[in-house]
Amino acid sequence: MNKTLISAKERIAQRVAQELQNGDLVNLGIGLPTLIPSYISNNIQVTFQSENGFIGLSSVEDNVSPDLVNAGGQPAGIKQGGAFFDSAFSFELIRGGHVDVTVLGGLEVDQEGNLANWIIPGKLVPGMGGAMDLVTGAKKVIIAMEHLSKKEEPKIVKKCKLPLTGSNVVDMIVTELAVFKIENKELTLIELMPGVGVDEVRDKTEADFNIHEDIKTKIN
Amino acid sequence: MVNKLITFNESKSLFQDKMTIMSGGFMGVGTPEKIVEAILESEANELTLITNDTSFENNGVGPLIANNRIAKVVTSHIGTNRATGRKMISKELEVELVPQGTLAERIRAGGAGLGGFLTPTGVGTVVEKDKQVMQIEGKKYILETPLKADIAIIKAYKADKSGNLVYRQSARNFNPLIALAAKLVIVQAEHIVEIGELDPECIVTPNVLVDKILI
Repeated sequence: MNKTLISAKERIAQRVAQELQNGDLVNLGIGLPTLIPSYISNNIQVTFQSENGFIGLSSVEDNVSPDLVNAGGQPAGIKQGGAFFDSAFSFELIRGGHVDVTVLGGLEVDQEGNLANWIIPGKLVPGMGGAMDLVTGAKKVIIAMEHLSKKEEPKIVKKCKLPLTGSNVVDMIVTELAVFKIENKELTLIELMPGVGVDEVRDKTEADFNIHEDIKTKIN
Repeated sequence: MVNKLITFNESKSLFQDKMTIMSGGFMGVGTPEKIVEAILESEANELTLITNDTSFENNGVGPLIANNRIAKVVTSHIGTNRATGRKMISKELEVELVPQGTLAERIRAGGAGLGGFLTPTGVGTVVEKDKQVMQIEGKKYILETPLKADIAIIKAYKADKSGNLVYRQSARNFNPLIALAAKLVIVQAEHIVEIGELDPECIVTPNVLVDKILI
């Protein structure tokens, strides 16, 4: 296994965990976002939704039930105080704006907050699952992804080329190099990960972005 | 009381060519696999399948696709069943991909007698294609149409002999929705109990919606 890759993903998960607030209802996508719960501070309480039909998602308990899985189909647990419901209700929670934060992976995000993460035409057509509803309905959409693709190409681009999951939906991007926010179709670099410089981020980012005052002060 | 109990063999004759079938289940969890088996053993071909995902090749509704019984599938996710992708590319299978929340709501609308609904999901994406987009109070919505079926196949945890149903944990998913949206509703339950054993406060799907219970 690639050691640097693991630490990059963990660094991203750790940073995203800091965005979650006490009392939040959170929906995590499959893959990288599932690393986040282990980095959440003990001082806050966050409830996780599993879009296949419950809130109170937790890691699997001792007695595995074949009827209890997460949105990736993997064995899951439910916390005391959790609740089950059907798929229509689950997406009423999502579309209706009752989910505070969703954290999803991305194939491309562009400077206007467009997201592509569900299809690579001709290659990979898994389907959008619940992603389109999540980016439309959640109050805050965080994309947690590695800065470059496996082919070492920038994933934060001027304009998404892949079919979109949502248009102007992304609020924040967290990579192993930096944190960006997107407001009113403007991308701003708000934070650098330890040991990373603005030049490196610029080299590895195709999109145009502003640099937040706090970073300017630090580097000058 | 109408006898709703049927045997596995009796259930096979209910499935006919070109029917539209809705199935409960999320990656196979909450899918009535015995009824899937009955469809596989029936003569029915060229079926349309409406289901959250096409599961895996060897579980849930997956074998229906792997064994070429489906002409069209309406679903939100096909990534875990390689047969679906393969047959889609070779044009043996028509695939309509629908966002999961929209799929659930289209089934709900079908079962609730609604002509459709307006959703913001998919605005600005390919989902919009060939659909009416309407602006309501300054926000864009897509008009999505209802889904109905000839047969709904349901997995319950417990069914009483009149057809009242309760589900277990995340196996509930689409099952209560499809119970309203099909002409004929067939249930496979882990436990079949006497009438009166289920607490009316806890019944999720009432017996009036259920036609057949597999014994």
